[in-house]
Amino acid sequence: MEPNIFKYVWRHSRAEQLIILLLVAVSLPFYYLSLNLPKQIVNEGIQGQGFDQPGSTQPFLAADLPFGEEIFGRQVTLFGGFDLVQQDMLLALSFSFLALVMVNGMFKLVINTRKGRLGERLLRRLRFDLADRILRFPLPHLKRVKPSEMATMIKDEVEPLGGFTGDAFATPLFLGGQAATALLFIMVQSFWLGLVAAGVVAFQSYLIPRLRRRLLELGRERQLTARQLAGRIGEIIDGGIEVRAHDTTNFERADLVARLGRIFHIRFEIYQRKFFVKFINNLLAQLTPFMFYAGGGLLAISGRLDIGALVAVIAAYKDLPSPIKELIDWDQQRLDVQIKYEQVIDQFQPPQLIDPAREAPENDPGPPLKGEIVASALTLLDENALPVVRAASFAIGVTDHVAIVGSNDSGMDLLSYMLAGLVTPSSGTLRIDGSDIDRLPTAVTGRRIAYVGANAYHFAGTLRDNLLYGLKHRPLRAAKAGSGASAAELAEARRAGNPEFDIKADWIDYEAAGASGAEDITARLIEVLAVVELKSDVYRFGLTGTIDPLQHPDAAAGILRARAALLGRLRDSGNEELVVRFAEDSYNRNASVAENLLFGTPRVPAFASGALAKNPTVAAVLREEGLVDDLVGMGATIAKTMVEIFADLPPGHPFFEQFSFIGDDDLPEFSAIVGRVDKAGVAALDETARHLLLGLPFNYVEARHRLGLVDDAMAARLVKARQRLAERLERDSPAAVELYRADAYNAAASLQDNILFGRLAFGQAGAEQIIGDALAELLDDLGLRETVIKAGLDYNVGIGGGRLNSVQRQKLAIARALLKRPDILVVNEAVSVLDGSAQNRLLERILDLRRGQGVIWTLYRPEMAVLFDGILVMRDGRVVEQGSYEELTGRDSTFKELVAAE
Amino acid sequence: MSIDQEVEILRRIPIFAKIDPAKLKLMAFASERVTYKPGQMLFRQGERGDAAFIVLHGTADVLIDADNGLLRVASLSENEIIGEISILCDIPRTATVQAETELTTLRITSDLFLRMLMEFPEMGVEVMRVLAHRLEQTTAQLRQVQAAR
Repeated sequence: MEPNIFKYVWRHSRAEQLIILLLVAVSLPFYYLSLNLPKQIVNEGIQGQGFDQPGSTQPFLAADLPFGEEIFGRQVTLFGGFDLVQQDMLLALSFSFLALVMVNGMFKLVINTRKGRLGERLLRRLRFDLADRILRFPLPHLKRVKPSEMATMIKDEVEPLGGFTGDAFATPLFLGGQAATALLFIMVQSFWLGLVAAGVVAFQSYLIPRLRRRLLELGRERQLTARQLAGRIGEIIDGGIEVRAHDTTNFERADLVARLGRIFHIRFEIYQRKFFVKFINNLLAQLTPFMFYAGGGLLAISGRLDIGALVAVIAAYKDLPSPIKELIDWDQQRLDVQIKYEQVIDQFQPPQLIDPAREAPENDPGPPLKGEIVASALTLLDENALPVVRAASFAIGVTDHVAIVGSNDSGMDLLSYMLAGLVTPSSGTLRIDGSDIDRLPTAVTGRRIAYVGANAYHFAGTLRDNLLYGLKHRPLRAAKAGSGASAAELAEARRAGNPEFDIKADWIDYEAAGASGAEDITARLIEVLAVVELKSDVYRFGLTGTIDPLQHPDAAAGILRARAALLGRLRDSGNEELVVRFAEDSYNRNASVAENLLFGTPRVPAFASGALAKNPTVAAVLREEGLVDDLVGMGATIAKTMVEIFADLPPGHPFFEQFSFIGDDDLPEFSAIVGRVDKAGVAALDETARHLLLGLPFNYVEARHRLGLVDDAMAARLVKARQRLAERLERDSPAAVELYRADAYNAAASLQDNILFGRLAFGQAGAEQIIGDALAELLDDLGLRETVIKAGLDYNVGIGGGRLNSVQRQKLAIARALLKRPDILVVNEAVSVLDGSAQNRLLERILDLRRGQGVIWTLYRPEMAVLFDGILVMRDGRVVEQGSYEELTGRDSTFKELVAAE
Repeated sequence: MSIDQEVEILRRIPIFAKIDPAKLKLMAFASERVTYKPGQMLFRQGERGDAAFIVLHGTADVLIDADNGLLRVASLSENEIIGEISILCDIPRTATVQAETELTTLRITSDLFLRMLMEFPEMGVEVMRVLAHRLEQTTAQLRQVQAAR
């Protein structure tokens, strides 16, 4: 990258900068005209200069050729003008003034808009360039940088650069021109006074930057310390477990305090110095008028300078300090952004960057790899230049299944990095199919070869997104009309030097996955999920997931068929009572009061069970049905029971969270309310207490909590309230709750809830298991398992795959690698989180699937190597043995020792 | 059956007889009432135990693995406690328990049961008494078996 921000700005915005300069130049005459016009209006238009007689006229808009006399010896009149009387002249001049104001305003608007656009474009370019460099960092360097520091740099630190670029060239020229003109004018009036003014200006522009030098240093420190603070905060979050586990929160606090203290001192010193410089600056600016008054006055008294000239000089000087000051400010800003720029790009200059040509989108993965992988004297040095892989030489077939065996520190993981093209060898060569791996475009290393490591990362999004991630190399088909990036957006990206990729286009390389398009890719996804034994997990995700029945009408219809069929199945197996179905006209004792009232799934938070007590619609219905007192009474009974059984438990006891309707914090308050109820009854309670009690019964489930609060009469009244609420909802807020309808799919509820259309009965032994099995069988029989799994593919895996467990994460990563059908699959420690038998099963299944295609697998359990065609044995960074399992176990070998040590 | 009725039943069980009703209510409230059909297993011999059961209604068979299938060694009925050995000693289930009739139990998780024992020593003494009584019975049975050989 350009080391100097001016070079960077000039290189990428030359044309635009010149246009802005031109616009500034063109605008200046209009600006001066508008300054001159008020004088003309006062003198001619109002005071009537040149209108000596009533009815006499003056020419308006008369124009002579400038310097006509000098060139042609006489005045050359270009336009004689219109002869106008005084009033007309006043109006004409006033309207001219208005027109000039408009013109000046328009110039300003256009220039500022262009400056702004230029600045934003350059900021966009710079941010992209920096982020692009991160994408091109070699992996060892990428591992060393702190993510949060990198993020602050791209996000915050380069931001002021965008604002500056618009002023980078135009401002100094404009202000400098202004100042020079004023100075020249003074010089013309009085050479000596001009010299004095020039001297002060020169001194000012010498002194101020020097005073500011320390400021710049401080600014640099401020930037560094702030960035380090961001890095530390990132570290505290990443290391959250360690911080808590070792009770070092106070140590971390101390660290933060120290850093903030340092930042405070830096910032305060900056503040102090800034105002000191301002003080000096103002003083110097006022020194010149002082000299004009004193020296110029003396000159005038002694008759060597006429008063008119002195007044003109002083008037002209008015125009001098402000451009000078702004110029000095600009210079300060220049130095500041230059430092920022240098500091930032310095962090983005690793010793090596991946050549962009290797990552070019038009690169082709070429024909399938064949032949051999040949390593000769392959060596890799670590950060301290110590060899971690030493002169490894071997040859294996591209389609072979090869195990790399060794201990933890044998360097086999690093060898696998090199084999996957992730790390460049320090010396020696690694050739695949005759080509040096570090020369191969990433289209080959990233598509023909797949790598799965330990702790594989998953991106926030759905399972499906993560599976397909490995197929998104370049946009293959334009987005559907209207949904993709517009031509204007792409053109703007081009102007900012960004590549014209459309994120909305279809990037998925279906062919590489063995599918023909979006229709049959899902079948492939399910296939690879089955290979890694993730299918049943995804099935479970699907059962608790939702689908949009408008987009998947067939799936919704299938689920409704399952709902109808389940009843019969349960009846046949004598398990009918395990599910208590929802019925419009009866109370479901296995569901909460809230659910019975709503008789539907809330779509908005205002109708969630915790919020019902405050919901005005629900409150109105309860009032109309005369249920408020009953619910408050139920709340009182619940509160009384809770107070009775939880009163003796210490606060914070786990039972509160597990079982109580009331948190330990609120217990004393409810205890007081219960006391008042015991004394004077529920009716005597104030509104606040009643409201608190009203909030309790909504989560009450009769069958589970068994307090006997909902008897048959109460159940009937609640069902009646349910019907009234349904009418009210339909009228007022039909979108707030998706009501249960026996014959309709409920888009807000999960697939499982849609099939059950009811609640599992509490207290029936093994109900969950029996129903789960019945569901699975039913879905298989109806051919709906795929539908459920498809819904499961939309499961959101969370940030970094956090909603999956570690086994699921690794399996998903392997599935992602298998999906793209690479010529060589490199697996490094990717299955170590699985238990032994699961590892064996997975290994066998993958090797079976990949018959005829290459697999390279690092193994910590050497006996598993029996399944592979060949084995590389590593020790201390060297490949010490190579051969088949039979060969290596048939003689004394390191491999045999490793197996024995197991 | 409401929670108050459950508490009444619990009070009829010797080990809970001397415990404050509020505590029994807590135990009942924090426990799940589980109903088994005739023939359904509560747990199998050798499984890890995570709960004890109190029979509220019905009878259950206690079976142990024998050479020729399961051998019925005891029958438990109302007000009796099942499966406490496994959660007290943290050992696998020593027998299989199966519902003989329709069986309603209160399922007390090991966590809850141990906590109750620790907080109410009188309950611990009662548990010891019941266990000792069982041991005595088992020893007597063993003697009979040996005598019969």
